Amino acid sequence: MPEIQLPASLADVEPVRSVRTPAQLDYTFTAGDATTRFLKGITQKKIIGQQANPDSRVYVPARGADPELGAATPIEVEVAQVGTVTSFCVVNLQFYGSGMEIPYTSALIMLDGADLSIMHLIQEIPADQVRIGMRVEAVWRDDADIEPTLESIKWFRPTGEPDDVNVRIPGEIRGTGLGSWVGGVAPTELTVRNPRTGEGGTAEFGGEG
Amino acid sequence: MCDAVTDQTEVGEILSAPLIIEYPFKRTTGPIIGAFLTGLREQVLVGSKAEDGRVIVPPAEFDPVSGNDLTELVEVGPEGVITTWAWVTEPHAKHALDDPFAWILVKLDGADTPMLGALKAPTMDVVATGARVKPVWADEREGHIDDIAHWVLVEGDAA
Repeated sequence: MPEIQLPASLADVEPVRSVRTPAQLDYTFTAGDATTRFLKGITQKKIIGQQANPDSRVYVPARGADPELGAATPIEVEVAQVGTVTSFCVVNLQFYGSGMEIPYTSALIMLDGADLSIMHLIQEIPADQVRIGMRVEAVWRDDADIEPTLESIKWFRPTGEPDDVNVRIPGEIRGTGLGSWVGGVAPTELTVRNPRTGEGGTAEFGGEG
Repeated sequence: MCDAVTDQTEVGEILSAPLIIEYPFKRTTGPIIGAFLTGLREQVLVGSKAEDGRVIVPPAEFDPVSGNDLTELVEVGPEGVITTWAWVTEPHAKHALDDPFAWILVKLDGADTPMLGALKAPTMDVVATGARVKPVWADEREGHIDDIAHWVLVEGDAA
């Protein structure tokens, strides 16, 4: 680094080495029809999904369309407030804006009756004991504090039920979760369907589909 | 479990809410920009001396012609001359001044390039190219461009 010649007035003061350059974007978020329906359900402590027809996937939270079928999802379905952890992440770093005490666990939870996982916190269990397949239930805020936000569910906690050994990930007949490893053998490209090519996941390759 | 399969009813009012996305960036300054910001904190304005002798404000890290490192910082101002300006009739919430004001380019005494500032003035009629201005320093300074609260016309020089 080149030697800098400072004017005398700055020669003996503590130099500035960093500067705040925050960026703030102010939006008004309009929820739209599907999310409004979901959030109004939340105010009644109901978790509402949508589906295109009685046999198609139930999306929670819904966005108004089934991306597989390319169809609108006019049917509203209330799903359960208990579900299965399909994936999780233990957060060990404090970051700006987070009031959470670390470590904590953020998980994908497949609610019973839904075909899409929601992301939420897992609490009331040490972070290192959270696992794929664990059964969890919603813990709501006090009734007076219920608002049209998913934060009205404070977190999910273990139900104490046995783990779901058939845990699956959305879009797969047979998942990649530890509980679904047949004979403890990890899934391979042949046993899990590739959603782009449609290959794998068939009996021919040792899968179940 | 699939309870209460229903066809949709009227949803009523569509919900909306404020959504504020904030990135709390902090960046390191390096020795040149750092010296400029140090100067603001100390109520001193500095520029860098280019190889052709011109003084660039705010200071540049590299010579604009040769690209070589610039290492000599010199004090300029604190007064200067407006080289051009634009009147803001409706200040934005994020502008430093709440009342209508002028963006000005001000060439500080001893400098050869102008820098941007916000001029506090009662009306646009008193703002003119060539008018002399001086900085008004913020009471609390930390080494940030906001350490210059705004600029004002030098007394007796209003056009």
